[in-house]
Amino acid sequence: MTHSVAPAPVVQLVHVCKSFGFIKAVDDVSLDIYPGEFFSLLGPSGCGKTTTLRLLAGFEVPDAGQVRLLGETVNHKRPYERQISMVFQNYALFPHLSVARNVAFGLEQRKTPRATIEERVERALEMVRLEPDVFAQRMPGQLSGGQRQRVALARALVLEPAILLLDEPLGAIDLKLRKEMQLELKSLNKELGTTFIYVTHDQEEALTMSDRIAVMDVGRVAQLGTPAEIYENPRTAFVAEFIGQSNFFEGQASKQESGEWLIGRPGEGAFKVPQHAALTEGAHVRIAVRPEWMDVWRPEAVPPGENAVIGSIRDIIYLGETMHVIVAVPGLGDVTVAVRNEGQLMKPLSWKAGDRAAVAWLPEDCQVLEG
Amino acid sequence: MPGLRERMLTWLHRRPQARAWALLAPGGLWLVVFFLIPILIMLAYSLMPRGVYGGVESGVTLEHYARFFDPLYLEILKRTFLWSLAGTLICLILGYPVAFVIVRSKRWRNLLLFLVVLPFWTSFLVRTFAMIFLMRDTGLLNSWLLRLGLIQQPLTILYTPFSVMAGLVYGFLPFMILPIYASLEKLDLSLLEAAEVLGARPRARFFRVTLPLSLPGVIAGCLLVFIPALGSFLTADLLGGAKQMMIGNLVQNQFSAARNWPFGSAASFIVMALVLAGVMLYLRFQDQEPKSVTVQ
Repeated sequence: MTHSVAPAPVVQLVHVCKSFGFIKAVDDVSLDIYPGEFFSLLGPSGCGKTTTLRLLAGFEVPDAGQVRLLGETVNHKRPYERQISMVFQNYALFPHLSVARNVAFGLEQRKTPRATIEERVERALEMVRLEPDVFAQRMPGQLSGGQRQRVALARALVLEPAILLLDEPLGAIDLKLRKEMQLELKSLNKELGTTFIYVTHDQEEALTMSDRIAVMDVGRVAQLGTPAEIYENPRTAFVAEFIGQSNFFEGQASKQESGEWLIGRPGEGAFKVPQHAALTEGAHVRIAVRPEWMDVWRPEAVPPGENAVIGSIRDIIYLGETMHVIVAVPGLGDVTVAVRNEGQLMKPLSWKAGDRAAVAWLPEDCQVLEG
Repeated sequence: MPGLRERMLTWLHRRPQARAWALLAPGGLWLVVFFLIPILIMLAYSLMPRGVYGGVESGVTLEHYARFFDPLYLEILKRTFLWSLAGTLICLILGYPVAFVIVRSKRWRNLLLFLVVLPFWTSFLVRTFAMIFLMRDTGLLNSWLLRLGLIQQPLTILYTPFSVMAGLVYGFLPFMILPIYASLEKLDLSLLEAAEVLGARPRARFFRVTLPLSLPGVIAGCLLVFIPALGSFLTADLLGGAKQMMIGNLVQNQFSAARNWPFGSAASFIVMALVLAGVMLYLRFQDQEPKSVTVQ
């Protein structure tokens, strides 16, 4: 995303490092987050995403670099001195306080007049769709997981923070409710104009909600971009593998007289790939291809101009929305092709395990990976 | 034909109720024999006339209970309650920070807990004697103060209310620290982080979150200190001399030197009833406390 007339970033990390003992939890991370963005930190456990969030919250002090919130360096500021609010993974509701008192907590700390507190608590509860008359006086122990989540959200939003940090807030609730909450969070983000910084290990969740995603791996930002950029143009094998599914191929790059690049191994076929900065003559290159961008063909019927490998079908997996056709290609291993399910009862796939088949895809669907 | 043991086990296996009773039986029996029966004997003694040579004669009387309401004994009762209460408060003030620090010190936690419990490895009597050596006129405390030039004459520390209080606090402090430690240790750290992120400074965080959530430990600690302090006699006896008598000393005297078992029993029952009433009042109060407080 280019910000030619970009507003000032609300959050800036400038070469931030944080180690715990010998483990570099956050290793030279720099990023800018803009007002109103829904920004996700995505990665497997131990990738540094939670530490990054905790650095923003003020629970950790960076070893090096700068944490800047709203233009001000806050490296050593305590959480209560920062203009942030946070929703915790386990909700962290105060068990000894009612829902209303939980939501009022932050306002009370800010010495808000009582009359205002009551009104704002009520509004916050309505915002997260909890009927104040029903829920205000309940204790956290009397709520379901989803309701607790909403209270935690109301408690954070009632402060009208410039920045809201969310640490895997939907991890503990069931799938259906999670989907619902995803959409609600996204619309709250747009409605309130609050900057949301969202930590998750769930790639689908990140793709669904985010304006931009920073994919993290071993303490570094592996890739930063919009969901489409990340999914359709993964920069590294890690990103291609972590976000969605991918088939990987590798080989030597060579430039044809036509100007096209080929990637292949001596004695085997070569694949045409689109132009890419990582391509130099003779370089060892990995490419990734998404299963849904590939098709299965009879070996003799591969459309001209497409890359193709030939093998035999090892298995067909029924997934509901799609079917995964797994083709065993000699020398390359398994290649997974996603085929739209058009109804196995009415229009069954014409393939069965053991059939010889070709997997083909367009050259521009090859994602050339760096490193 | 299966053996008797086999058949008993099968029988128990089929009957969860019987199984529960079977498991409760040994402990229950123990309590009946060594707790309930002695208490009933005491109750009986407290209601019987005193025998000429100690012991009791048959009959029923309330004279021992009536005798307790003599200003002399009421004064002792008052002193006992006040001292126990003060001792409990001092234990709380000293013990809470200790428990707090132990919970916070991840590395030294076990060592510190060990140190808290360490005094129990020696008998209370021996430790109380050690307190005498510490506090008497020629004791360590006085010689240090003299050597430092802070005082010219040895202070009278021993056999004063101060020495009794010092002994009480010393003896019961671990009972305050341990339950508070247990409740603080369970405290979810993310609650403290949540408080901080919601704008609570350390002071507010302590009084709004930490303290309320450790209250069960505080209450348990207070009961564990207050109740045994009420009944203690060794401390007052050894560190207070004869001047600072507590109910425990009175009861002990009645059972030993005075050989007035009925009166000793009656005094015990009065204290027991008072403590029980206090605890029940507290529980009642706690039950009625609204579970949630509305935002006015």
